[in-house]
Amino acid sequence: MNLVLRGIGKEFTQRDVTSSALSNINLEVEEKEFICILGPSGCGKTTLLRIIIGLEPSTSGNVLIGGEPVTSPTAHMAMIFQDYSLFPWRTVIDNIAFGLEMRGVGVEERRRVASRYLDLIGLQGFGNNYPYELSGGMRQRVAVARALAIDPEILLMDEPFGALDAQTRNMLQKELLEIWDKTRKTVLFVTHSVDEAVFLADRIVVLTSRPGTVKEIVHIELPRPRDRTSPDFARIRRHVLGLIDEHLPIQ
Amino acid sequence: MHAKPGSPNDRNRFFSKSLLLKIALPVIIIIAWEVLAILINNEFILPSIESVLMVLARPFADILGSGSLVGNALISLGRVLIGFAVAIMIAVPLGIAMGRNEKVHDFFDSTVQVFRPIPPLAWVPLALAWFRIGLTAMVFIIAIGAFFPVLLNTLDGVRGIKKTWTEAAQTLWASEKQVLLRVILPGAAPTIWTGLRVGFGIAWMCVVAAEMMPGTNSGIGYLIITSYNWGQVQVIIAGIIVIGIIGLGIDALFKSVERKKFAWRELDR
Repeated sequence: MNLVLRGIGKEFTQRDVTSSALSNINLEVEEKEFICILGPSGCGKTTLLRIIIGLEPSTSGNVLIGGEPVTSPTAHMAMIFQDYSLFPWRTVIDNIAFGLEMRGVGVEERRRVASRYLDLIGLQGFGNNYPYELSGGMRQRVAVARALAIDPEILLMDEPFGALDAQTRNMLQKELLEIWDKTRKTVLFVTHSVDEAVFLADRIVVLTSRPGTVKEIVHIELPRPRDRTSPDFARIRRHVLGLIDEHLPIQ
Repeated sequence: MHAKPGSPNDRNRFFSKSLLLKIALPVIIIIAWEVLAILINNEFILPSIESVLMVLARPFADILGSGSLVGNALISLGRVLIGFAVAIMIAVPLGIAMGRNEKVHDFFDSTVQVFRPIPPLAWVPLALAWFRIGLTAMVFIIAIGAFFPVLLNTLDGVRGIKKTWTEAAQTLWASEKQVLLRVILPGAAPTIWTGLRVGFGIAWMCVVAAEMMPGTNSGIGYLIITSYNWGQVQVIIAGIIVIGIIGLGIDALFKSVERKKFAWRELDR
């Protein structure tokens, strides 16, 4: 199903002062496309994702999925959060099975499905561990598996690798592309890292600083796996960086 | 993480040192007690250790026609459980509601703050006036004693729930009821459990005091006050020791469940 954002705008009112976080965002996402939403901190990237999945209402415009407006979390989408959102009182396997449990799937069936996704993220053997026994990278892998386990068509990812060290981050980026290749989900990936966006995306949606609006959409035609050291990669990165730099606030 | 001492030798020395420190004061108290008892030489003021041990050695024997140590302790325990259950049934749901909803919080908070500092025993005369002497009056006082620690810890636990947890659950299609039962309750459980442990401790103190109300005719508190009237100080001390041991045992029970079930709270950082 395709995802359409039509004129999304968001305003916050704090102590009678209204400020605009997002303004007139339009985007059409194709099925199985990998989109990165890139922008400086505070440009409303996270807010945009929260509006798309229905955790927050927009002030104007609407989100359409298969032509139907989204107002609350639907079965079509799942989200992977920035910080550790795993339930610390549940084992890894029961974390992954959470969504199925909420849907009333029986314990054996949901464990079976969950262990399939455990294999997919390469953590077989860790099913009975608790999240606090895992490294940061492993936890985010589990969060990916938990989102995939409900078999959504669209995965929304909110700077999921932001808290990881560079090496783990690169590894998870590769793994994510492999998973995306196997499962063919549509991915909307929010990041503030130009490098990450150029490495991952089919298209990069570059947002301006607050109020965030679409500055440019960059198509990346480079074949995968992409080589970060290639001249083409560097050229695109330079171009995207230029788009962002204009909007960096002076610090 | 638990520290693992190197060799068994190290461990022995470590334990013997800390054990020595731990038993030093009790040993001093026992010796001082015995010495004082000999010096005072008056069983009505300070009985010797032996006479207290004699009482403790026969925990099922009837004392002064008022029942045994164990029998009375069990009666007290039963009363505590009833009062404690009443407190939990009101405090936990209220704490969750206050923790989840600012309006509910603001509605109840001022009243809670006013009543919280009142010692449970200040309610004794009112309890007597309203319910007469009996189980209801005692349950009332016990429930008031246990209520506030359970309520405040539940509130605290629910407020400590990470927003990402509930939102992740929502995006995984959990209904409001499922968010409550599958996320908020287990997420707040360790803190609620701490509240139960503290609340039970206070409830246990309250029952002993409540049983000293005039007109009571059973329970460990009653046994102590009766022994006082009969000048049986060794029974008073034996009763106090039983109260202490039961309190300690139940606290240990709560703590062991905490270690087994809620370890994630300390380790999830």
